[in-house]
Amino acid sequence: MFHVILESTRSALISILAHGLRSFLTTLGIVIGVASVVAVISLTQGMSAFIGESFSSLGSNSLTIQSYTPISEAMRGVRARLTPEDLELIERRAEGVASITPILYASRSSQVRHAAQTTFSQIMGTTYAYRDVAQAWVHSGRFIAESDNLTRRRVTVIGEKVRDDLGLPENPVNEYVELGGEWFKIIGLLEAKGDVMGFDQDDIVLVPYSTMRSLVGNQSQIDIQIQLSLSEQAAVDDVTRQLTALLRNAHNLEPDEDDDFRINTAEQLMETFDTIINMVTLVIGGIVSISLLVGGIGIMNIMLVSVTERTREIGICKAIGAKRHHILAQFLIEAMLLSLLGGLIGLALGYGLGTAISSSIDSFPPASIPLWAIALALGFSGFVGVLFGILPAAKAANLDPIDALRYE
Amino acid sequence: MKLDVKMNTADENLIHLNEISKHYEMGSTLVRALDGISVKIQRGDWVSFIGSSGSGKSTFLNILGCLDRPTRGEYFLNGVYVEELGPNQLAEIRNREIGFIFQSFNLLPRATALGNVMQPLVYRRIGHRRRREMAREALDRVGLGDRMDHLPNQLSGGQRQRVAIARALVTEPSILLADEPTGNLDSRTSADIMQLFDQLHSEGQTLILVTHEEDVAGLGDRVIELLDGKIIRDRRAGEPLH
Ligand SMILES: Nc1ncnc2c1ncn2[C@@H]1O[C@H](COP(=O)(O)OP(=O)(O)OP(=O)(O)O)[C@@H](O)[C@H]1O
Ligand SMILES: [Mg+2]
Repeated sequence: MFHVILESTRSALISILAHGLRSFLTTLGIVIGVASVVAVISLTQGMSAFIGESFSSLGSNSLTIQSYTPISEAMRGVRARLTPEDLELIERRAEGVASITPILYASRSSQVRHAAQTTFSQIMGTTYAYRDVAQAWVHSGRFIAESDNLTRRRVTVIGEKVRDDLGLPENPVNEYVELGGEWFKIIGLLEAKGDVMGFDQDDIVLVPYSTMRSLVGNQSQIDIQIQLSLSEQAAVDDVTRQLTALLRNAHNLEPDEDDDFRINTAEQLMETFDTIINMVTLVIGGIVSISLLVGGIGIMNIMLVSVTERTREIGICKAIGAKRHHILAQFLIEAMLLSLLGGLIGLALGYGLGTAISSSIDSFPPASIPLWAIALALGFSGFVGVLFGILPAAKAANLDPIDALRYE
Repeated sequence: MKLDVKMNTADENLIHLNEISKHYEMGSTLVRALDGISVKIQRGDWVSFIGSSGSGKSTFLNILGCLDRPTRGEYFLNGVYVEELGPNQLAEIRNREIGFIFQSFNLLPRATALGNVMQPLVYRRIGHRRRREMAREALDRVGLGDRMDHLPNQLSGGQRQRVAIARALVTEPSILLADEPTGNLDSRTSADIMQLFDQLHSEGQTLILVTHEEDVAGLGDRVIELLDGKIIRDRRAGEPLH
């Protein structure tokens, strides 16, 4: 059997090379199919590797709690809220929490001004604990301290993007910026974090939570976010269950009512992105498999032509002793090699395409192609070759020797 | 050769044909290409079949070569009842017992002379190196040792036919079958080829030749004349025609 395969491969290669251009055109369908799969996979794989890294920078064992108003409730004018009392409750009662911080977003304009420069940014009121929870370290100056909150100081810690947008000096500490009509002194500059899925982590302005509260008008309407990090031995699921029970109780929810808050983990967020990416991959994979099918039909067509062209040759081979399986193997292997060749070219092309795309778009992660995708691309193209080679090969193998020899 | 088929071991003849017919239905008319041919051929014989165009010579030779099957009749080759063999067993016979030489050479166009001669050995379990050796020897034997790497279209007609003969010889077959081997060659080249056949015959090779030229047929031991698919004369070579 090995002998037959070896010999067939030898003659298949000769015949593929003899029709170089035709072989290439035949296999173009496979080339395009495989190239697009590989390009898509290399891009999405690069993306999800990148997302994984980004999310660990968010603090991998942290939880975010925010209020959630179902649409049906919102229609009735009811708005769910998370209050400072909820925060207190969690601080007092929840176990397994290492640090916890409220986040209060500026409700009105988030305009930031320095001298003549104005920009819009994410202004958040928070506490010293934010540093640990969100893994936000200062590059220069200091972070918000507990005393800043106690005395409602008008101080702020900003990200690099804000510094650059406002034309502040390299080290902006001790400069002043105007937030919502009040002047704040810059006490710290955050380390650059880059962006996660288009959200610039450096476009951020932090002020003390209590200062922010005093700036937000109506205290009864306050809706905060709570971010907390878990102590090492605590399990995410346990803490989530505990928090859910606490908050449901505090919000007087009946057993048949839905939660009016959401607890998100960084991991969950990552999984969501992964799901989206997998879906995209799947859909494109489906489209691509159609193009592989078309490519396979192209190969079948040219193999049928080739069998007809070589009818006499087949007759000669049969006359000197070729058995059915010799002829079958030769044409099958030729179809497979043809398709595999297309797969290889497609692989190189697709990877090149992925790399070109990812490097031409700023902030797009570099393309990466996993081994399984290479195996899949080549395996699949080889399979397509065999599948669509069967019919022509069987046709050749079943030729009657005398008819084949007489063929003009 | 191990073949699980009907054998007639008592049969001393290399070839034994009994009432072989080949009929073609062409619409409403029946063409009797062969019509009840019975003949026995011994090992080491050189038999020429002669007849005008359309007398059934090629049809006959194709049946002898197990390329074609008769409509009716019995064919024993080496005592093996050929009619009961399947396609793969026939391929095995063509590979081991028969060397076929065609009027139009029938070389593989993309293979070199050496490659063509090696090809029948590909269908046996013989390693590449050994195949080369055997093919070289065969090409030397037909006097083409210096043209091994030429493609068929880089060879003259006579050289091509020599390659074809080498290909037929390389498997050391029981019979060489040649269908008008000199039909496409000029008289000088034909003479060379016939001399080669004569040499092979003197080495003990069984030869069956089809021709429509009396002087070519006359070179063998025995001449069988065909007309309209029937044997009309079976004589020793050199015997007067009438
Ligand atoms: N496949 C076929 N279908 C129908 N008739 C055929 C077929 N092959 C041969 N014949 C007929 O059988 C007869 C014998 O043909 P064959 O080829 O054996 O002649 P031949 O003696 O070899 O002639 P030539 O010397 O011209 O080669 C011819 O009448 C031919 O028309
Ligand atoms: Mg003929």
